Amino acid sequence: MSASGNNNNKNATTDVVGEPIALQQESISLWQDAWIRLKGNKVAMFSLGTLIVIILASIVGPMISAFNYYSNDLMNTNKAPSSVHWFGTDNLGRDMWVRTWMGARISLIVGLAAAAIDLIIGIIYGGIMGYFGGRVDTIMNKFSEILYSIPYLLVVILLLVVFEPGLGTIIVALTVTGWITMSWIVRGEIMQLKSRDFVLAARSMGASAGRQLFKHLLPNALGPIIVTVTLSVPSAIFSEAFLSFLGLGVQAPVASLGSMINDALTGWNLYPWRMWFPAALICLTMLAFNLLGDGLRDALDPKLRK
Amino acid sequence: MVRYIASKFLYMLLSLFILASATFFLMKAIPGNPFMSEKNVQPQIKERLMEQYGLNKPIAEQYLQYLGNLVKGDLGISMKYQNQEVSQRIADTFSPSLQIGIFAIVISIVVGIVLGLIAALYHRKLIDNVAMIIAVLGIAVPSFVLATLIQYIFALKLGWFDVMGFNEPSDFVLPVIALAVQPIAFIARLTRSSMLEVLNADYIKTAKAKGLNGFTIMTRHVVRNGILPVVTYVGPMTANIVTGSVVIEQIFGIGGIGRVFVDSITNRDYTMIMGVTIFYGVLLMLARFVTDILYVLVDPRIKLSGRKGS
Repeated sequence: MSASGNNNNKNATTDVVGEPIALQQESISLWQDAWIRLKGNKVAMFSLGTLIVIILASIVGPMISAFNYYSNDLMNTNKAPSSVHWFGTDNLGRDMWVRTWMGARISLIVGLAAAAIDLIIGIIYGGIMGYFGGRVDTIMNKFSEILYSIPYLLVVILLLVVFEPGLGTIIVALTVTGWITMSWIVRGEIMQLKSRDFVLAARSMGASAGRQLFKHLLPNALGPIIVTVTLSVPSAIFSEAFLSFLGLGVQAPVASLGSMINDALTGWNLYPWRMWFPAALICLTMLAFNLLGDGLRDALDPKLRK
Repeated sequence: MVRYIASKFLYMLLSLFILASATFFLMKAIPGNPFMSEKNVQPQIKERLMEQYGLNKPIAEQYLQYLGNLVKGDLGISMKYQNQEVSQRIADTFSPSLQIGIFAIVISIVVGIVLGLIAALYHRKLIDNVAMIIAVLGIAVPSFVLATLIQYIFALKLGWFDVMGFNEPSDFVLPVIALAVQPIAFIARLTRSSMLEVLNADYIKTAKAKGLNGFTIMTRHVVRNGILPVVTYVGPMTANIVTGSVVIEQIFGIGGIGRVFVDSITNRDYTMIMGVTIFYGVLLMLARFVTDILYVLVDPRIKLSGRKGS
């Protein structure tokens, strides 16, 4: 425990110099404790900072430019980065600075929205499995196992081929089987927690199933849930980029980082900057989410404390 | 054991059935029919076409026929390239995809395990940190970004390899690297953490106390137990490499199944999309099935309970 250094002298009323020190240490909640540990993790904090910068830039970036993401300018196609077009222009003369940040915005929206939907479905489905157990659990668990064994990207590709492509369709398609992992995490946590005394106490005081679940069980399972959410964002971003690459992503003129990389492939030996900026940004985003997820796992999982 | 395998097999069949049915009904849900876009075709010809593809029969009948054909391995006829059987086209283009896939899998496993082993043995030393930085980067960089990057550097700028095409042995190198880096990163991380656990286990202390030499401890106890979790990754890895190959083949201009799949999506060649989807589905579910069996074989502890711990 990181706070143990302060606790060692708990029984001494004075330290070496003779000054009185507090007898009672202020209690530290799990979240404060986790935050302290996360703060000590330089890599995770750096990732968190990077993510905040990327999110802010994707909001502010397009605003501070004189250009928009959709207007063609056929006199200025494939221009290298300059003081006018900070990231250059693409094959239709659209400003790459604005498009890159708009693309980042779309990619982040897809990642965060997909993760949020996974979270909601996963909590409900997994919560029911874990709380009720028994036959309900067996049937629901078998169902999710069968669904899970159908290859993820194949399902997503099929759905996108059939339905009209667009931001909403992509997010829905990504969550069709994406929630399963989350539901398993929730199920496992709830199963472990539900036999604990505080749940028994709540039940004996007449708390309803919903109250037990949302007031008592889930808050105690938040650690692993947060870690899973953090790690599912980059995987959704990756899937979206992959689909854009197949031409099944968001449709022009809207861009995502994946579709920009795809666009840049034609003639990218001549105009490499069209590839560099979106590619670097997507790598940075995924890296930061992954590292932050690792850091959160170390900070929130008491089992890993050594 | 037999029960376990049988139940896993049943699961696989059930999942396949769901995938096949979902594919069929999703494709039927598309408004219109595939010949709507063909202009200047007489109605009689359209009718003949509908008949040829069996599209004028009731849905239920089409569905049963489709399932029957699937069992026989008949995936129908391409809608874009008439007279070309889907299964034939898959068979024709399978070879390059298979070769690259197998290479990528073998390299991923070998390099991944070695990297993870080294990292675990030099825990918290420089070499461990370097290996883990590589692993994190490998996970964060999407395979298609990596593919374009190495294509740019090693083929376009340095000229060591052909930019496109798949004719010489050297043409293997870049696509295989692009496919293998992500699995390598995963396996390295997996191996490392499981090895660290094993190294601290009591039976290693016992082995040391017995006076076994370091080499025997390593090979007989540490490595054997340490690479166990890697087995569970075989299924997901195959999925990773198969889907990755769809994009990689496009980038490196390799005429494999991935290429066929992308083309069929662009052309909206529905029978071909269905065929390749089902083919991929069978492939990936088989990989998962093999993983499940391997897992019981290497880890005798789960034989008794009949299923993996929940």
